[in-house]
Amino acid sequence: MDPRRPSRVIDPKVRKVGFFTPGPPPDRTQSGPAATPPSQSPISNTLSPIMIPPARHASDNLSRAVGMPVPAGSQLHGHPPVDSLQVGSYTLSDSVLSPSPTRSPSSRVGLDGDFSEDSVNWMKRSNSGRYTPVLPTGGPDLTQSIEASIDESSGDHIAELQKNPKPLKAKTTKAERRALQEAQRAAKATAKGEGNKSVATSATSAPAQTSKPARHPSQKKEPPPLVSSTPILEKKGTEKAPEKDRKKEVPPPRMQFDDKNRVEKAKKRSVVKQTEARNRVELFRHLPQYERENQLSDLESKFFQLDNVHPAVFKVGLQFLSGDIMWSNARCISMLQSFQKIIEEYTTPPEKTLTRDLTTKINASVSFLIECRPLSISMGNAIRFLKSRITKIPLTQTEFEAKTSLSSDIDRYINEKIILADKVIVGHAVTKIRDGDVLLTYGSSALIEMVLLHAYGLRRRFKVVVVDSRPHLEGRVMVRKLVEKGVSCTYTHVNAVSYIMHEVTRVFVGAASVLANGTVYSAVGTACVAMVAHAFHVPVLVCCESYKFHERVQLDSICSNELGDPDVIAKVPGRKDNCLDDWANKENLQLLNLAYDVTPADYVSMIVTEHGMIPPTSVPVIVREYGREHILI
Amino acid sequence: MPDTHALVNDFLNKLKKRKIEGSKTTAKMTAELLRTVISQQRIPNTNQAGALIQAINAIGEQLVSANPVELAVGNIVRRVLHIIREEDLSLTTASIGGLSLQALSDDEDNIDRDDRPVLSAAAVAAAARSTLRPPSLQTLLEDVPHSAAIHQSSSSAGDSEEKTKSTDKNSRSRKLKHNVIETVNELIQDIATCHELIAEQAVEHIHHNEVILTLGSSGTVIEFLCAAKEKKRNFRVFVAEGAPRYQGHTLAKELVTRGLQTTVITDSAVFAMISRVNMVIVGAHAVMANGGVIAPVGLNMVALAAQRHAVPFVVLAGIHKLCPLYPHNPEVLLNELKSPSEVLDFGELSDCMEYSTGSGAPLLHVVNPAFDYVPPKLVSLFITDTGGHNPSYMYRLIADYYSADDLVLQHRPAVS
Repeated sequence: MDPRRPSRVIDPKVRKVGFFTPGPPPDRTQSGPAATPPSQSPISNTLSPIMIPPARHASDNLSRAVGMPVPAGSQLHGHPPVDSLQVGSYTLSDSVLSPSPTRSPSSRVGLDGDFSEDSVNWMKRSNSGRYTPVLPTGGPDLTQSIEASIDESSGDHIAELQKNPKPLKAKTTKAERRALQEAQRAAKATAKGEGNKSVATSATSAPAQTSKPARHPSQKKEPPPLVSSTPILEKKGTEKAPEKDRKKEVPPPRMQFDDKNRVEKAKKRSVVKQTEARNRVELFRHLPQYERENQLSDLESKFFQLDNVHPAVFKVGLQFLSGDIMWSNARCISMLQSFQKIIEEYTTPPEKTLTRDLTTKINASVSFLIECRPLSISMGNAIRFLKSRITKIPLTQTEFEAKTSLSSDIDRYINEKIILADKVIVGHAVTKIRDGDVLLTYGSSALIEMVLLHAYGLRRRFKVVVVDSRPHLEGRVMVRKLVEKGVSCTYTHVNAVSYIMHEVTRVFVGAASVLANGTVYSAVGTACVAMVAHAFHVPVLVCCESYKFHERVQLDSICSNELGDPDVIAKVPGRKDNCLDDWANKENLQLLNLAYDVTPADYVSMIVTEHGMIPPTSVPVIVREYGREHILI
Repeated sequence: MPDTHALVNDFLNKLKKRKIEGSKTTAKMTAELLRTVISQQRIPNTNQAGALIQAINAIGEQLVSANPVELAVGNIVRRVLHIIREEDLSLTTASIGGLSLQALSDDEDNIDRDDRPVLSAAAVAAAARSTLRPPSLQTLLEDVPHSAAIHQSSSSAGDSEEKTKSTDKNSRSRKLKHNVIETVNELIQDIATCHELIAEQAVEHIHHNEVILTLGSSGTVIEFLCAAKEKKRNFRVFVAEGAPRYQGHTLAKELVTRGLQTTVITDSAVFAMISRVNMVIVGAHAVMANGGVIAPVGLNMVALAAQRHAVPFVVLAGIHKLCPLYPHNPEVLLNELKSPSEVLDFGELSDCMEYSTGSGAPLLHVVNPAFDYVPPKLVSLFITDTGGHNPSYMYRLIADYYSADDLVLQHRPAVS
């Protein structure tokens, strides 16, 4: 796998070049000129709308264009040699790239790590992002660049890439001229929309003349150049491409803890003492659950034995384990800050590269944190971001520069993705609070608290109903904070929610994550509240920063979840004699402490993110369009 | 009858202080109280049934107002009133029936005299059957000749009735009281055994490897599940703990000792788990005439979740929980707000109580309702001691157990 992956990652640039040359159709148009031109224009049309969102073309184009670059190249250089060159160029590029240190480590890291978060995706995107400027110039240059790379093969790959754009620009004029010719031809054939062709078609036009040699590669993709079929084929091409992309993007399957082999392996590596809890619930075998009692003390005593865990990470891990840090934002921030410390104190050991070594280091601490408590999705996203940042550090940078840039990246991530995003969300959400409203919220969410307090600060008159549930009873924290500020509160437990829902005008809840199918993954009980609200026709507003969005989908709360400490359930606060005290000794009795549940999209009226207020159906859009923004501009 | 008075007052106090828990015990105690009241009641010579009804009505009104939320009290009062009416009716029909027989067979006067007690016993039995058993074709058939006889006789032998009535007044008055007490005893018996009757049906509803969810605790549910377990059915039970009282814990413990696979979940996890559940089985506080259920708090949520996942929502209810009233805004009117101490421990958040609005009202309110209303559309099935019923059938059952005159237990101006 390893050798292959890097090539995959690289493919995109090659493809990208091709993307701008939607050449294959024009090729064919020449063979059957009369009919083809109309088909062509629609293509360009369809492309342009697609391309509007910047992030997206990258993936689309990349995937689509595989065949394209060749024709373009062939134009410029003699055809037959070009072909061969081209074929060579692919392989070459692979060979050139895979050794190139900047790429390969990243992708490998992604593969090797046990974490569900794979840096590959980000890699891909980042690449595409970087190369986009190259694209418009058209294919020929790429081949050149590849040639150059061959020449220089020892040289820095990035350097070549950077070189590329300049020569390309010069050539665009040629391409444009050709485009004009093409356009004229097309105009003769049919009067359909030539205007659109401009740049995009220009690239395509080039291959048209070279046609024969160029075709072979293109034909692989789209077989017969039939006029009628061309648009369809084009479609196929565009659709296929994202599919391929998606395949790569699909997050790797999570660790299933009912897989004994893997669990054994994981145990060997584990730092935290993990004895599997007794009386597990059969339905949740696939999730980890360990005896809590001794974990904390055991881990504390290990402080001096753990060389590979940074003290900062260790501290955060302990906090996770003991439940001192529970909210997802707080967890994410503390984790990032601990990584920041790692980076600050990091020195590259001799004979190692920063990118590679640092990633392994981060990986080690991430796996330590996972042992303390399973990662939340938001944390996974943050880790992904950090890794992609690390892998993107150019070799030319000194260690110091790299470290400062990483550190500032983390700061900016925390700032932009969490703190600023929260502020924006508060601004959006407050507009939904009117005088006389009764707002219901569940449990405790820092973001919701901010929203409510801000609205209170704006002198809106409203009441808050805080619904709480065992075992954490976080709602009390929320109530205390709100009441101290002077907000009128009603406190009740989750069972009474349908009693209180009559008077409620809006439900505000936070979320741990929002999944691509619009479901909201949130603290357990949120789904109940949302369901009752739905039944009473009360709008449900979910406030969630978009960095918590994830492309994964989930239908129920069982496939992936987190199990809390079952002992908490047995103990009822304020009761001396709990009848379930000796539950662990009873074979037939299990206690289940779920941490999250999944709220179906139809219970959610609106998701408030920093990008605006969206319906749950638009989540995948945000994930696609803005997910890339994880790469801070 | 000072002793009955004391008894009634004692019971009233208990009701007011909410010392009696559970509709079953309440129902039983009410029935017993009414039985003593009836037995102590001095009955006038004329209009005995009317006097009895009036007495019961007065006490019933007091009882109901003592705890209007405990619908079982009202139900039992109505049942007893219905029993009195039925007994009275059966006695009169019996005597009339005897009369008509007498009219038909003039020549066999003596025999007729001897026959009468037998006949009336049969009528009583029929009446008892019609009140205590579900309506069947047989009872319908038995009823028909009676009514026909009444019509016949009332037209044919009008004045002779007066005569006979006066002759056996004494025996009748004793008989009425006796019969009523008999039937009330039967009613108490029924209430006591309703669990078993319901549990008997468990096997028909629970199969192997079923996953059942329940919330809180109910005696009926325990018996139901255990009955199924005893019939060698193996299944698992998810028990939601049922905040704020966490009776689910006791239920779970009970089930575990009977050897059932039990998993305790938090109430908030109900929605998460319901997708893996085959059936929801819960108890009820009261069943309303429209098929809606007044249930322990939290069940509306469970019912909604069950509906979402098309999981059958089965309510177990003894027939004493069947209330002939139609609910209006039951979430509020038929609800009870309990002490916040169940939700918050003593001292918890007490620092927040200091904060108040300008007018002095506290900023923090704690709500702890006792009941939920589950609308009939969310209920898949009622299992009562007379079998399984649809929510839409409840009104019909009510017609069997209560007479329409008693639906409102208001103090009416004295009739005579």
